[in-house]
Amino acid sequence: MAQRKGFRWHIVVFLAPAVLVYTAIMIIPLIGTLNLSLFGRGEGGRVFVGLANFSTLFGDPRWSAAFWNALANNAWFFLVHMLVQNPVGVMLAALLSSSRLRMAAFYRTAIFIPTILSFVIVGFVWKLILSPIWGIAPNMLDAVGLKSLFAPWLGREGTALTTLALVSVWQFVGIPMMLIYAALLSIPDEVIEAAEMDGVTGWSQFWKIKLPLILPSIGIISVLTFVGNFNAFDLIYVSQGALAGPNFATDLLGTFLYRTFFGFQLQLGDPHMGATIATAMFGIILVGVCIYLFAIQTRLRRYQF
Amino acid sequence: MTRTIRLALLANTFMAGAAAAQDVTLTVESWRNDDLQIWQETIIPAFEAANPGIKINFAPTAPAEYNAVLNSKLDAGSAGDLITCRPFDASLELFNKGQLADLTDLESMANFSDVAKSAWQTDDGSATFCVPMASVIHGFLYNKSAFEELGLEPPATVDEFYAVLDKIKEDGTYIPMAMGTPDQWEAATMGYQNIGPTYWKGEEGRKALIDGSQKLTDEGWVEPFRQLAKWKDYLGDGFEAQTYPDSQNLFTLGRAAIYPAGSWEIGVFEPQIAGAFEMGAFAPPVVAEGDTCYISDHTDIGIGLNAASPNADAARTFLEWVGSDEFASLYANALPGFFSLNSNPVEMENAVAQEFVSWRENCEPTIRSTYQILSRGTPNLENETWNASANVINGTETPEAAAERLQEGLASWYEPQQN
Repeated sequence: MAQRKGFRWHIVVFLAPAVLVYTAIMIIPLIGTLNLSLFGRGEGGRVFVGLANFSTLFGDPRWSAAFWNALANNAWFFLVHMLVQNPVGVMLAALLSSSRLRMAAFYRTAIFIPTILSFVIVGFVWKLILSPIWGIAPNMLDAVGLKSLFAPWLGREGTALTTLALVSVWQFVGIPMMLIYAALLSIPDEVIEAAEMDGVTGWSQFWKIKLPLILPSIGIISVLTFVGNFNAFDLIYVSQGALAGPNFATDLLGTFLYRTFFGFQLQLGDPHMGATIATAMFGIILVGVCIYLFAIQTRLRRYQF
Repeated sequence: MTRTIRLALLANTFMAGAAAAQDVTLTVESWRNDDLQIWQETIIPAFEAANPGIKINFAPTAPAEYNAVLNSKLDAGSAGDLITCRPFDASLELFNKGQLADLTDLESMANFSDVAKSAWQTDDGSATFCVPMASVIHGFLYNKSAFEELGLEPPATVDEFYAVLDKIKEDGTYIPMAMGTPDQWEAATMGYQNIGPTYWKGEEGRKALIDGSQKLTDEGWVEPFRQLAKWKDYLGDGFEAQTYPDSQNLFTLGRAAIYPAGSWEIGVFEPQIAGAFEMGAFAPPVVAEGDTCYISDHTDIGIGLNAASPNADAARTFLEWVGSDEFASLYANALPGFFSLNSNPVEMENAVAQEFVSWRENCEPTIRSTYQILSRGTPNLENETWNASANVINGTETPEAAAERLQEGLASWYEPQQN
């Protein structure tokens, strides 16, 4: 019989810092939030109400209308990112990795810079650009004779959300671009050469050889976009305020949560309903990520070079 | 010899210490960080000169954070001695939690009318917990020079009001009215609450709404929305995305002729206009010549005593002084547009501020209809009114539908409105 090894303390020691920090700043607050959503304000303080907050959120016509509105807006916000940000990111990466492009480093930096800007700056700058009074957008359109196309986009119910989604795309398109760019560079030259030997070049090389090889990266980007979009708050808050006007057309789950939790103007904050919304958001994101992990990622083919 | 000197020095130190200990420093919590200079240069020196031994430290926080910061400071026991009070429920909640002291027995309370005190009283009026400091009045500011240029007179009736707007629009030099809808509160506060009291008859309508004898779908409450819907044609291009600072700038740069205002703008606008044109004010127009006029004279700011303050006596001395005529005159002149709530009239030097306050003589004052009691539940009537007013001006909701929606929301939690 082999001699029993002693308890391997070094594993615990090495894991401890990460586990402790993660528990203290992530797990405990998360459980605290879930717990808070099960309580309500009653006579003489906090009382346990079970799932009553959830039945208010989904059952009360006002709460549920506000919730579904925010969720639908959020879904549209995400869709715009998936349809615009990620394809544009892939396209830019493909252009950047082309060996014939000059000043690639300059373009790469220029496109990535908005990503490191603060939301406050981005929101404020775009609000100024699109301002019907002082903005340069109306003047620029006027210069090419298209003034009639200009509208106060941020102020109309039909266009405000899409406009903000596109501003967010402008800001974050650098991230998919960089990740895809890195994935494209990691494709070994032998694979490309073999393709060329077989006569696969140009666009068909991109579709048939490169795209399948970068699919896992696109998957990761989609998940990051999903999580980022469903937690989005800053841009809307900065440019439209906590009321997410006009008429809640730009209300996302994040702004809805903020208004409920902290209150707004004469509305006093309600931490319990706020925590309920936060829990619902957590559930939505969890389900979305799980769908990706179990239904999509396991089916992605991996290529060994 | 050295010993004597040492003793003398020691005694001296003790005495100095004793003298310093007699000085009480009172800290004032406030959201008015714009007023820091006025407190430090005008108000505090005047009080300290009259009351040696009491020092005042004015410690404001940013307006948007004030409620949250104050609540956590009070809970933690680190709040200042004197608390600047928001009107109605925000302060009432602090009083109910025992964090604001009862000031009903303060002598200077006699200097204030019941309406002035109503913002800081329990619902039955039995206890008052803040000394009223100032109110703001709604009306319209206008560019006098532009009016003269176009040969216009400030309107007194609603018909004249639209006639003036039509003329400015026809001429085309000026944007008739500077207001935008994306911030929403402009539409509700400077629009609905500004012209509304004329239609719901001020206090009469406001109280009837609270006791349930009127509904928001009644004529008096829908008509202001119909008026707002008409404003749309007179606002500048792209008003749907015109923010509050945009509107202010349009007016102060002389590009817009009329600005639906709150009196607090006077102090902000005058230095910006810097004599480029002359600014005037007119009251919300009445329906027919000779009708009683109503103005929104909204109790906006008061000051109370932290129940946990160790310096309650000194703080009460200060509060008595805040209720005095001397303070009223100092404050109203330092901050044109914030009007003293003191029953004794205050001499003011600013001409536009005088114009605003002169309406008190002929018009019936009221406060904003949504502030007392009606914004206690969810959905919150004040916030809903912001949204409805902006929608009505944008033309995305009819006045009747907006009123209907507000009524439904209010009736969903407010019992007197449920039958």
